[in-house]
Amino acid sequence: MRRVVITGHGAINALGHNAAETRASMREGVCGIGDLEFQDVGRLSISIGGQIRNYRPEDHFGRQELTLYDKFTQFALLAAREAVAESGLVVDEALSERAGVVLGTAGGGLQTQDENYRSVYEEGKNRVHPFVVPRLMNNAAASHVSMTHNLQGPTYTVATACASSNHAMGQALNLIRAGQADVVLTGGSESMLCFGGIKAWEGLRVMSKDGCRPFCATRNGMVQGEGAAVFVFEERERAMARGAPILAEVAGFAMTSDAADIVMPSQIGAERAMRGALRDAGLAPEDVGYINAHGTGTTANDRTECAAVRQVFGAHADRLMISSTKSMHGHLIGGTGAVELIACLMALDEGVIAPTINWRERDPDCDLDVVPNEAREARMRAVMTNAFAFGGLNAVLVLTAPA
Amino acid sequence: MAEGVQEKVIAILAEQAVLDPSEVSLDATLADLGIDSLGLVETVFAIEEAFDIQVPFNANEPSQSEFDISTVATMVRAVENLIAAQK
Repeated sequence: MRRVVITGHGAINALGHNAAETRASMREGVCGIGDLEFQDVGRLSISIGGQIRNYRPEDHFGRQELTLYDKFTQFALLAAREAVAESGLVVDEALSERAGVVLGTAGGGLQTQDENYRSVYEEGKNRVHPFVVPRLMNNAAASHVSMTHNLQGPTYTVATACASSNHAMGQALNLIRAGQADVVLTGGSESMLCFGGIKAWEGLRVMSKDGCRPFCATRNGMVQGEGAAVFVFEERERAMARGAPILAEVAGFAMTSDAADIVMPSQIGAERAMRGALRDAGLAPEDVGYINAHGTGTTANDRTECAAVRQVFGAHADRLMISSTKSMHGHLIGGTGAVELIACLMALDEGVIAPTINWRERDPDCDLDVVPNEAREARMRAVMTNAFAFGGLNAVLVLTAPA
Repeated sequence: MAEGVQEKVIAILAEQAVLDPSEVSLDATLADLGIDSLGLVETVFAIEEAFDIQVPFNANEPSQSEFDISTVATMVRAVENLIAAQK
């Protein structure tokens, strides 16, 4: 079977404007969550989030480009630019048709929708900018990445709420394995930090007003973030032949559906996804040293996830480490799995395990080594990353250190 | 008034074409200015915003629209007529 490796990565999120800054913040346990700043934030009961600071679109894009780029597209383009540069990929005519883009997002161009709904409903305007549709469509980010880098192969968007990025990266893996592409830019992007985006989430009563504390007995909900991460997935022989940097191998992937409840997670659905990913990677539970948890900081997710890990890993559950970096960058919804994959790369190539910050008090329902508050050094061969979405859709990836 | 409309339309077209207004002549076509279909749609929007008028324009068949886009001069005249009609 064709094998797939990661040859480049890029990111922008509350922890940094690139992958190196993101890694540094994860190592140091930096909290990227703070007071939200946008129009009408005073009318929200939730006023914190992992917002990207000091971001000026005009530093990165021209005026004409910005008329077409919603923020979620801008983030994806910046992350892709960084990933492609690191990979040293040269897209010639032959590669162009063998290279594609698969990105996750849940809200797509939500900022564009929010601004224009405000304009027509609240301000009573009867005219909107002609590019509202090409800005807000969910595939805008994937299409612009494809256009910018001239990638003419399979290109599409995956929308499975909080699992979008993991599903997207699983699709990228399978496209290359199946021989439908040799290179796929993949990951995800989200920009939901606007009045309508947060107002909708308030309704569910699952958001914390004071912070994201996954696995902690005092946890009281999730906190949103924004940003993107993009990776270059590349067929292994091709990457080796051109001497590309190989950050990790994408060894396994599995996806399941709970087929049960639209919001409550199912332990069995999560277990099946984790077992499936191990099986696909040809690994035993004992091979995994670190799990990047879905770890949203809600009562239900963290308890269910820990119970599922115990079931899948048995006695080894007490030896592995599991952390939720959402405590630092917030929950990027459709982009979250992509940013979290950076913690997995860091575990494999630097031997540094990102912590779960804000942890104060042990919860007997989450009695695993959650790497509280401080990063830890450890060497390992394999890591796992979980995403369990609303809608009961689960997607789990396994990465291994390059052989 | 008429001169004001002409200046404004030329300014909008110049911005869209990334040209100086002095480089936009009245007999220039959209192709001369390098304004493509997406640019035209944006131009129509900018004209509607600038003059607070509604421009009858369908991107599916630009040549069939009542709004004559043959040259800069025809567009200026069309805008003047629309302003007069919609006052």
